[in-house]
Amino acid sequence: MSTTGEPLPGEGNAFERIQASPEFVELRRKLRRFIFPMSAVFLIWYLLYVLLAAYEPAFMSIKLAGNLTVGLLIGVLQFVSTFVITTVYVRYANKNLDPAAEEIRERIERSQA
Amino acid sequence: MSEGYLAATVGKPGLNIAIFLVFVLITLVIVFWVGRSNRTAADYYAAGRAFTGTQNGVAISGDYLSAASFLGIAGAIATVGYDGFLYSIGFLVAWLVALLLVAELLRNTGKFTMGDVLSFRMRQRPVRAAAAVSTLVVSFFYLLAQMAGAGGLISLLLGVEDNKSTFFDGQSLVIAVVGVLMVIYVLVGGMKGTTWVQIIKATLLLVGAAVMTAWVLGKYGFNLSYLLGDAVKHSPSGEKILGPGLQYGKTAISKIDFVSLGLALVLGTAGLPHILMRFYTVPSAKEARRSVVWAIWLIGIFYLFTLVLGYGAAALVGPETITKAPGGANSAAPLLAYQLGGEILLGLVSAIAFATILAVVAGLTITASASFAHDVYASMLKKGNTAPDSEVRVARRTALVIGLVAIVGGILANGQNVAFLVALAFAVAASANLPTLLYSLFWKRFNTTGALYSIYGGLGVSVILIIFSPAVSGSATSMIKSANFHWFPLSNPGLVSIPLSFLLGVVGTLVGGRERGAEAGYAEMEVRSLTGLGAERADAVAAHH
Repeated sequence: MSTTGEPLPGEGNAFERIQASPEFVELRRKLRRFIFPMSAVFLIWYLLYVLLAAYEPAFMSIKLAGNLTVGLLIGVLQFVSTFVITTVYVRYANKNLDPAAEEIRERIERSQA
Repeated sequence: MSEGYLAATVGKPGLNIAIFLVFVLITLVIVFWVGRSNRTAADYYAAGRAFTGTQNGVAISGDYLSAASFLGIAGAIATVGYDGFLYSIGFLVAWLVALLLVAELLRNTGKFTMGDVLSFRMRQRPVRAAAAVSTLVVSFFYLLAQMAGAGGLISLLLGVEDNKSTFFDGQSLVIAVVGVLMVIYVLVGGMKGTTWVQIIKATLLLVGAAVMTAWVLGKYGFNLSYLLGDAVKHSPSGEKILGPGLQYGKTAISKIDFVSLGLALVLGTAGLPHILMRFYTVPSAKEARRSVVWAIWLIGIFYLFTLVLGYGAAALVGPETITKAPGGANSAAPLLAYQLGGEILLGLVSAIAFATILAVVAGLTITASASFAHDVYASMLKKGNTAPDSEVRVARRTALVIGLVAIVGGILANGQNVAFLVALAFAVAASANLPTLLYSLFWKRFNTTGALYSIYGGLGVSVILIIFSPAVSGSATSMIKSANFHWFPLSNPGLVSIPLSFLLGVVGTLVGGRERGAEAGYAEMEVRSLTGLGAERADAVAAHH
């Protein structure tokens, strides 16, 4: 369980310096800029679905083709949106978050070694 | 055995038992095999952090696709149609909360339990105690649901009926056997053994569901619309099963209940302790992310299968037959298997369902026992001055106690719809854990008082509202039918308890004021959570091989 190359516990100042560094501020901005709006989007879209199911059953029961209803379509679209958001996030994280996080981590580990 | 028993049984009990025993034997051998290398606390709780993201993702789906998903959702869709589908959508979308907001940051900041993350910048002892209490309560609710599912399943397969006049009947014996097996898995295999049981079970479950789905669709020329049409023809509710409202659309209150359930489902997952703990079994945050991605795909695909299986059971077995069968709606999937492939497929599907219950209860047991040993025993009672093996010893003893409690509770909850019971566990998890986790990961000012308010407040309110809800007393489907002490109108407390818990977190934070060293603590947690600095890797296991 070696966790060498990091500021010692209690050395809050070291962490506060890193936290205030422009690289770290940028990393946090990139993370939050993605995850907060995206969370809002999927939660609103999901709640819209729940409210439609609860209060507009007639609309949800409209048949589109054969026995396939609007409700089934929107339900399956919830699956599709979940898969899409997952894929988009992974791409974003691989491209924008991981390299920045790694760089900061390595820099700290080097400076402490 | 009387005539009535035989008439209520499908398939051959002997064959069902034999197939199940084969599964138990194989998994026991594996658990013994991998359990040999359990030495340190990181081995026992987190499988030495040596699983890959892919393995962990499969194991997460094994952990998550509980009896509620397989038996409960298929049963709900078969009997009340579209309203059952809501469960699967909520259960799936909920993973986005885990993916975007929780999994990676949690992996980077904790070691074994939720208490680790919370105690980073707060006063250790009170927040660890709170985290342990809520972990134990949520796991208990979840365990109840799984054990109840086991009882229902057995009545169908072995013709062991639920005898209301005695406390301990044939079904109770089965629940006890499940409890004993789960304790063996956990004691012998630790997290590593439990994870392998989950991987095997998830694979069996996904393959089994895929085969049945293809089979059902094949009967209708792979035309979903024909299948739905046939389900409509065989359902006493007719066309209504294709739209929402059959279960929840009757009154203004039941509609609000539906929204409450929806909220609890989507916010519960990322607060489930046994799911959170799985993120510690991988070596890095990136692998934690990979686990969630795998889990989302596998779980999503599985729920699409249950849509076909549920309507398939309605069409091919018929909702009336399902409701009358021992085990009620929970028996839809096994009955469908019998209809499609006779005794053999029934035996296989039932063994998978058993495996599901076993694997999930094992995962819950290890989580609850880890939380007690790590947060309560090692950190609070011994103030961190414990040898790791004494901590693991306490965890093992706790697992035994949890096994006993689960057996007794499972016997009491026998016969309830498992998807419904699991939804209650989700409501408690969403109320007690999620607000606290999110605040402590993202809100700089959040403090000990805030954490205690949101954990105990969310936990207390959700549990009290459940106790005084129609789910427990005062209605035909209540746990206690003979009494009526309910005053809260909703079956699911989420709509009230979740916002309240978020609010309490803010109130508590304002009441508590600033703590010494809190800013430095937050800086440390934030740097660690975003960069993975100092996060434990898979070194513990590498040393053993």
